[in-house]
Amino acid sequence: MRFILAGVLALGLGVGSPATAKGDVSSFTLENGLEVVVVEDHRAPVVVHMLWYRAGAADEAPGVSGIAHFLEHLLFKKTKNFEAGELSRVVAENGGSDNAFTSQDYTAYFQRVAADRLGLMMEMEADRVRNLVLSEDDIATERDVILEERAQRTDSEPGALFREQMNAAAFLNHPYGIPVIGWRHEMENLSREDALAFYERFYAPNNAILVVAGDVKPDEVLELAKTYYGPLAPTPDLGARERVQEPPQLAERRLRFADPRVSQPYVLRTYQAPERDSGDQAEAAALVYLAEILGGNGATSVLGRALQFDEQIAVYAGAGYRSVSLDDTSFTLIVVPAPDVALKDAEAALDREISEFLEAGIDPEQFERVKFQIRADDVYAQDDVYARAERYGSALTSGLTVEDVQAWPDALQAVTAEDVMEAARALFDERKAVTGWLVPEDGEEM
Amino acid sequence: MKRIALVLAGLIALTLPARADVSIEEVSSDNGHVAWLVHEPALPFTALEIRFRGGTVLDRPGKRGAVNLMVGLLEEGAGDMDAQGFAQAREALAASFGFDAGEDSLGISAQFLSENRDQAVDLLHQALTAPRFEDTALERVRTQVLSHLSSRATDPKSLAGDAFDAAAYGDHPYGTYDGGTVDSVTALTREDIVAAYHDTLVLDGIYVAAVGDITADQLGALMDQLFEGLPKTGAALPDHAEFGLLGGTTVVPFDTPQSVAIFGHSGIKREDPDFFAAYLVNTIMGGPSSLSRLMKEVRNKRGLTYGIGSYLVPADWAESVIGQFSSQNAVIGEAMEVVRDEWAKIARDGITQKELTAAQTYLTGSYPLRFDGNGNIANIMVGMQLEGLPIDYIATRNDQVMAVTLEHANRVASELYDPDALHFIVVGQPEGVVSN
Repeated sequence: MRFILAGVLALGLGVGSPATAKGDVSSFTLENGLEVVVVEDHRAPVVVHMLWYRAGAADEAPGVSGIAHFLEHLLFKKTKNFEAGELSRVVAENGGSDNAFTSQDYTAYFQRVAADRLGLMMEMEADRVRNLVLSEDDIATERDVILEERAQRTDSEPGALFREQMNAAAFLNHPYGIPVIGWRHEMENLSREDALAFYERFYAPNNAILVVAGDVKPDEVLELAKTYYGPLAPTPDLGARERVQEPPQLAERRLRFADPRVSQPYVLRTYQAPERDSGDQAEAAALVYLAEILGGNGATSVLGRALQFDEQIAVYAGAGYRSVSLDDTSFTLIVVPAPDVALKDAEAALDREISEFLEAGIDPEQFERVKFQIRADDVYAQDDVYARAERYGSALTSGLTVEDVQAWPDALQAVTAEDVMEAARALFDERKAVTGWLVPEDGEEM
Repeated sequence: MKRIALVLAGLIALTLPARADVSIEEVSSDNGHVAWLVHEPALPFTALEIRFRGGTVLDRPGKRGAVNLMVGLLEEGAGDMDAQGFAQAREALAASFGFDAGEDSLGISAQFLSENRDQAVDLLHQALTAPRFEDTALERVRTQVLSHLSSRATDPKSLAGDAFDAAAYGDHPYGTYDGGTVDSVTALTREDIVAAYHDTLVLDGIYVAAVGDITADQLGALMDQLFEGLPKTGAALPDHAEFGLLGGTTVVPFDTPQSVAIFGHSGIKREDPDFFAAYLVNTIMGGPSSLSRLMKEVRNKRGLTYGIGSYLVPADWAESVIGQFSSQNAVIGEAMEVVRDEWAKIARDGITQKELTAAQTYLTGSYPLRFDGNGNIANIMVGMQLEGLPIDYIATRNDQVMAVTLEHANRVASELYDPDALHFIVVGQPEGVVSN
C-alpha cells in the first residue's frame, strides 16, 4: 500500500529565428521575442494551448507578496476587447477547459480545446497580454477570493503552514522563502496599482513562451501565432531576471511547529540542492536517482526498507527532489514515525541511515532497476499531452532551453552509481539543512 | 496554484467539434473472459483497467475497513515473494500497478511495457490469486491505515463528509467511512482479511478494458493468464440505501478559521430516463465555473469562497445531489443563504433556454476531448461497463444530451431540487449559524 501524506513531497510579424525540430517537437521565435514550442501528438483531435510568463512570485517587489498570483486571478476580468469571464465562457461553449497557475518562477495560462479552435484561443490569450482593464470592484471582490483561497489551502492545513515556516527558514534572503499565495497581512492590502505594476513590468511577448501541444502541425501553429501574437509590441527594457541571492548557509536551522489540528506528527528535512542548469544537468540527474534510491518506493528504497521493514520505526519514509527551478532548489527527506516512536528517535534513525548509505554505497541491482524505471517513465509520460506541454513550459521559464529538455532523458540514462554517491556526499552537509517537526499541541519537545 | 476559473453565462451558436473517434472492440477469450479494447500501437505499452463490482460496501458486519486493508495488502507479498520481493520484481519490469478500494467496486489499474508484458501479467496474476497476507505485512499496513484514520479525525473535510454520510445512510455501509474506525481496524484479523478477499475478488462482476499496444488475440490470452484461478462467486451485493437526512443544518464545532460545508439531499439514478436532463440542470447549478450559478453568485459576485460545486452522485446503492465549499467563519452563514436561495430559485423558476443551450454545447463539445491518452480511454471504457452502457454508447451519448428540451429540464429541476430537504453539515466555528 502506498502511504501518501498529501502534498508533502510534491513538490513579430515574421519569424525571427529559424525553426528547429527534433522528433515531434518544434520551436521557433517570433520577431517580437515570443518563443513558441509545438509538441505534436495526433492520437486525439485535441490541443493544449499554454502561455507561460517568466514571472512568478519570486519576481515580486518587497511588501506585495501574492501579487503574481492575484494578478493571475485578475487576468480573467475585463480587457479592452472582451468582457470579464468571456474567455472562460467561450472556452466552455466550445467544450474546452481553461485555468491558470502561479509558481515561484512562472505564471501560466492554458486552455484545452478541440484542435480546430486553436486560433480562437490565441486571439483571446494574446488580447490579455496587454489589454487588461481593472476596476476597483474587481480588486475588492477578487481579493476576498484569494484570502478565502489562502484560508482553504494554507490556514486550514497545519501541514501547509508547517511547510510555509520551513520554507521561510530555508531562505534568509532569497524570495523563495515567501509563499506564492502571499503573507496574509500583505495580501489584505494588495491594490489595483500593485497588480498593474506587476502586469506592466512582466507581461510582454518577449517575456513569454507559447506552448501548443496536440493534434497540430508546426507550420499551422506558426502562422496562427504570427497572426495573433505577432502584432504584440515587445517591451524594450525588460532587463535581466536577477533576484537577490541567498548567502551561504553556515548552520543547521531547526524548528518545531505545533498545532492542535495535527494528529500524525512527522519530521521533515530539507537540504539546499542544485537545480538543472542549462547545458549542465548531470548533477541534477544524479539527484533524481538519489531521491528514488533513498525514498522512492517504500518496499525497495533505502529508507523505506530500513525504517518501515527492518525496523518498524516509520509508517512512511521518503525522499523528494524537484529538479526544475530557476534558482537553487531543495532536496527533501521525510519520516512519519510509527505510533510509539518519538520524533527524536525517528530523526536519529534517519541520520543513521543516511550515514550508513554514504558508507555502504548503492546496491547495484537497485541502481539498475531504478535506471530502467526512469527510462520506462519516459515512455509512459508520452501518453499525457498536457504533461508534455507543461514540461516545456516550466523548463523554459526556469532557465532551461528546448535542447536541455530534449537532452534530459539521455542525461538521466548517463548517470552512474558513483555520480549518485558524489552528489549525495555534496548534498548531505548538516550545516545546509533545515529540520522541522510537526507536532500536536503539547507534542514532543525538540 | 490552480484557480477555478470565472464567469457569466451567455451564448454564441457554434458548430460542434468532431465526434469522438474511438472504435471499441469487444474481445472474448478462450476461457470466456470479456474485455473492451482500443488497439493503439503508437506507444509501446498497454493501459489495463479491471473492476470488481462490490467494493468496500461488502465489508462484513463489524469488520469495517477489512476490504480496504485487504486491497492495501495485495502488493505486499504474493506467491514466493514477500513485500520487498514483489516490489523489486515490479520495479525491475517498470510496470505500475494501482489497487483501489472503491465503495462500489475494487479497481486495478496496470500499465506495462510491450517488451516484458508476459512477465508483468504473471506478476499481477500472483497478486490477484496468491496474495500472502503475512502477519508482518498486515501489521505494517494496519499501522499506516491507523495513521491515516487519526489524521482524518482532525481534518474538517473528512469530519463533514463522515457526519453527512452517517446522518444520510445510517446503518447501511454508505453510512460509515470505508477505511473503518480505529477500533474496527485494530480488531481485524488475518481471517477477516482472507474473508474480504474471497468476498470481493471474483469473476462474477468483473469488467476489463485495455488500450495500447496489444491486439485482440493478445488481450484474450492475457486475460486467461491473469484470471486463472480466480473463483466464480463471492459475497451477495447489499440492499439499496434510503436517504434518511431531512432538511436543516447541523453544526459540528471545530477550531479552524474557515468552515467546511457539505450540503445535499437525495438524487437520481444513472439509469433514470431523466438522468441527462438532471445532468444538464446540475451543470448549470454547480458545474464548470463559467456555467455555474453557484460559482457566479457565491464566488464571483460576493467573494465568499474560493470554489463551490454541486454534483449528481448516482452510486450503485443510493443516489444524491451533493455540494461542497469552504468559507471563513464570519461569512459562511451568508454563503449558505445564497446556496439556499439558488436551490429554491432553480426548483421554482427552472433554467433559461440560454443556459440550457450553453450547457448542451459545453457537454457535447467536451465529450470528445475526454478520449485523450491510453490511460484515460481505458478508464472511461471500464466505467461504461460498470454503468451498464452499450458498447456503441459513445456514438449516441451526445444525441441524448441534445434531446433534452427546456420543458423537460425544468420539470426535472422542480422534481430534483428541493430547498426544504436540503441539509447542510458545517464543520468549524461558523458565526451566526446554528443547528436545526
